[in-house]
Amino acid sequence: MPQPPEPSSTIVMHADAMAEVVHRLAQEIVGGNPDVEKVVLLGILRRGRPLADRLAAHIKEMTGISLPVGSLATTLYRDDLRAGMGHAQIGLAGTYFDFPIDDMTIVLVDDVLAAGRTIRAAMDEVMDYGRPARIQLACLIDRGGRELPIQPDYLGWTVAAGPREYVSVRLVELDGEDAVLLIPHPYKFGSGEASP
Amino acid sequence: MTIGIINGHLIDPASGISARRDILIKGGTIARIGESLRGSENIDAAGCIVAPGLVDLHVHFREPGNESKETIATGSCAAAHGGFTSVVTMPNTNPPIDDAGTLELVIRRAQETACIKIWPSACATKERAGKEMTEMAELKAVGAIAVTDDGSDISSSWVMRRVLEYADMCGLTFLAHCEDSSLVSDGVMNEGFNSTCLGMPGMPRAMEEIMVERNIRLAAMAGARIHIQHVTTADSVDIIRRAKARGIRVTCETAPHYFTLTDDAVRSFDTNTKMNPPLREQSDIDAIKEGLADGTIDCIATDHAPHAFTEKDVEFQLAPFGIVGLETALALVISELVRPGVITIERAVELLTSAPANILALPAGSLREGGPADIVVFDPAAEWVVDPEEFASKSRNTPFAGRKVFGAVRATICAGKMVYKTKNLG
Amino acid sequence: MMTPVRTWNRKDLIGIEELSRPEIELILDTAPQFVAVSARESGIKKVPLLQGRLVVNWFYEPSTRTRTSFELAAKRLSADTLSIAASASSSVKGESLHDTLANIEAMHSDIIVLRHYYAGAPHMLAKRHASHIINAGDGRHEHPTQALLDAYTMLDHVRTLRGDRHATLDGLRVALIGDVAHSRVARSNIWCLTKLGARVVLCGPRTLMPPEIGRMGVDVSYNLHEAIHDADVIYALRIQLERQQSCLFPSLREYIKLFRIDRESLKVAPPHALIMHPGPINRDVELAAEVADSSRSVVLQQVTNGVAVRMAVMHLLANQPGRRTAPAATEERAP
Repeated sequence: MPQPPEPSSTIVMHADAMAEVVHRLAQEIVGGNPDVEKVVLLGILRRGRPLADRLAAHIKEMTGISLPVGSLATTLYRDDLRAGMGHAQIGLAGTYFDFPIDDMTIVLVDDVLAAGRTIRAAMDEVMDYGRPARIQLACLIDRGGRELPIQPDYLGWTVAAGPREYVSVRLVELDGEDAVLLIPHPYKFGSGEASP
Repeated sequence: MTIGIINGHLIDPASGISARRDILIKGGTIARIGESLRGSENIDAAGCIVAPGLVDLHVHFREPGNESKETIATGSCAAAHGGFTSVVTMPNTNPPIDDAGTLELVIRRAQETACIKIWPSACATKERAGKEMTEMAELKAVGAIAVTDDGSDISSSWVMRRVLEYADMCGLTFLAHCEDSSLVSDGVMNEGFNSTCLGMPGMPRAMEEIMVERNIRLAAMAGARIHIQHVTTADSVDIIRRAKARGIRVTCETAPHYFTLTDDAVRSFDTNTKMNPPLREQSDIDAIKEGLADGTIDCIATDHAPHAFTEKDVEFQLAPFGIVGLETALALVISELVRPGVITIERAVELLTSAPANILALPAGSLREGGPADIVVFDPAAEWVVDPEEFASKSRNTPFAGRKVFGAVRATICAGKMVYKTKNLG
Repeated sequence: MMTPVRTWNRKDLIGIEELSRPEIELILDTAPQFVAVSARESGIKKVPLLQGRLVVNWFYEPSTRTRTSFELAAKRLSADTLSIAASASSSVKGESLHDTLANIEAMHSDIIVLRHYYAGAPHMLAKRHASHIINAGDGRHEHPTQALLDAYTMLDHVRTLRGDRHATLDGLRVALIGDVAHSRVARSNIWCLTKLGARVVLCGPRTLMPPEIGRMGVDVSYNLHEAIHDADVIYALRIQLERQQSCLFPSLREYIKLFRIDRESLKVAPPHALIMHPGPINRDVELAAEVADSSRSVVLQQVTNGVAVRMAVMHLLANQPGRRTAPAATEERAP
């Protein structure tokens, strides 16, 4: 399970704010896609998936259309694994979607956008499954620190996090609460240190 | 000129002496043994044991035919390094020593190049094929000290019986390599739990025991002497013990690796743990130690079997059998038998000197005034680490590399000549 | 639920005997995503995890099945592959195994998949050379990836059956039937299954049962009915027809009578018992065709899972944290 929030962590987004932001993102996705029935949502594991489900629920409410939702693991496409820099562990949860993606508009959904490397891996993975018409990116938080020229099409909030701060998104579905925390020290993950 | 070996503790099993004594050497012989003797030159053996030069009934010096593994010259240096002054060479050379001509060659090479005493044995059957016997009377006349087909068994009981009878008539002892090769098939290690785990073909203990039993019975029937080589199993020890109790003229040897290592060592796939007969199990080690202590096992021989690095640096099943042993034997005897209290230091010296010498009636293995000055000086307490790079042998195929042992040879004197000594010797 | 972080720390995969249960479980838990890669219905059946790496399949024994599986695994990880068959290799010219590998490594290989007819060949190479060595079968000793794919297949089945994706093999009853003595598949499976908590019973002719095998933690029976009456998995080993000439059993006819898995002998086995075989099957010898082709046989799933498990192994070996290049060998070369 994820570690409990450190006492010194700051809550930068409360539950009600998050609900508003997700609702706005859903509106923007509908607004950005006149042919919304051609949109499919792919949530990047693990927290992108519940967010994608929430977006789909809002869009259904707004338009009456149920968008297909799938999961992307991206692990097998991560560049740090190939470079021998990440943990070689590949979990049981994998990429899963049971709908065609050719000629569709894929909206990738992730909780935190940082370096952009996960999104690069996600795009490579999606391309191995088919030829979508276009790929868009929806993120709850942009914490900065980009290493690749990737920008979100739909952004919730920008959080100015320093290199030694970790942004932790907590979701009811996985963590029992909705919140975004700023933890002012590097997040320890196993024996290594997660990149900020 | 006289050389004194002074201040040492002398052990001579033949005369039963184990006491502080000095030795005076003149020429090639021992001039005097006594107290407070001094020569014109003196070796200070304080803290050391002074014993007869060690005797090894079982070495392979590979000459002629396989001089890249070892020669009589390098083999004798290895022997001197290990404290040995008399060795019996095996005839499984290329060509094998099965006629007078080849034997003469070996004797001449030994005279020309060896720094210690070489006692060659000759084949019992032509080309070691186990079919026709060699001209043993002539081989004896030329200088063969014993006959053996070491490395192979004589599978035909009929041939074996005749060989024993004829050898006995010639005054030659048969040195028996006991292996039922039809039972071994393609075996490369002891058959047991380890061979099962490794999936390697096994050499069951019975391969040895069947032939020990058969050969003893044939020797008893022929009334001939027989010496069983490299005993490795508990039941072999038992068979020999019972045969001796019945008065059969049987003697036997074991080698240091058979009381030091079990077949667990093969788990490393180190080809230097591959020899024939193979390393057995702890229960066998225990029985061998008991046999050494109670006299069932008469002596310790090395089965010094050099092989070039390249030949051993292959898949385990392809590697040749055998390890070098001359330069680690004394230390293993002290470390594995004397220090743990299995036998006394006097019995250890006996197993390496007078006992093997008596089996083949070699003029060696004892210290007496007027006798040959074949002497080893060793420090039983000195601790060292086996480093094959320091071997005098041409080959390095030992499973003991890196092993910490006790008992270091300080000087080896053969026929009055210093053939080995450590740098810091007084 | 988050899977605990475990890392792979070995340079090579040489045998199951030396692996711990968590290490085996790490491999088995890494495999499912690779199963999914091969199963992609549309799109590209590969991932870029070993892009630009060289995997050398070095086989001293003919083996279409294992070699193909490894080659496919490497290709589905986007590696470059090279196959060296024994007949084409320099072994016939008297070059030593060490020298041959040194020459392969001079071309910057990353993973060596070795099949050799002698036990210990991969061990001796792994000690001295920097490449990641995967043992694809050494003599009668071990065939670790076969055992892993077998365990994966059993686990997959157990998890599906119980609807619990964290179910384990603890308590599973597995009967290995046939020529245990000459079988590296049997040895690796015994280590693997007993480490995972399964109960293993061996059954076959006394002459094909190696001495003291019970000490590996298994039961031995010479009666097929006794061995399979409560088995959850019945695993038939391949019987080599030429063993008959070495006086190890009198005839195939009698072997079949005593040890063949067929409709008749299966009458005593539980109806849920899975049928497995490492392949290739001698149809109607150790396994009757009607059983091999039945719904309880998972022989083809074993083949499918084999590719994924080998992908997992190659990924774990070659993509270890901090090991972009293979580490220096531990053993110094003697002069």
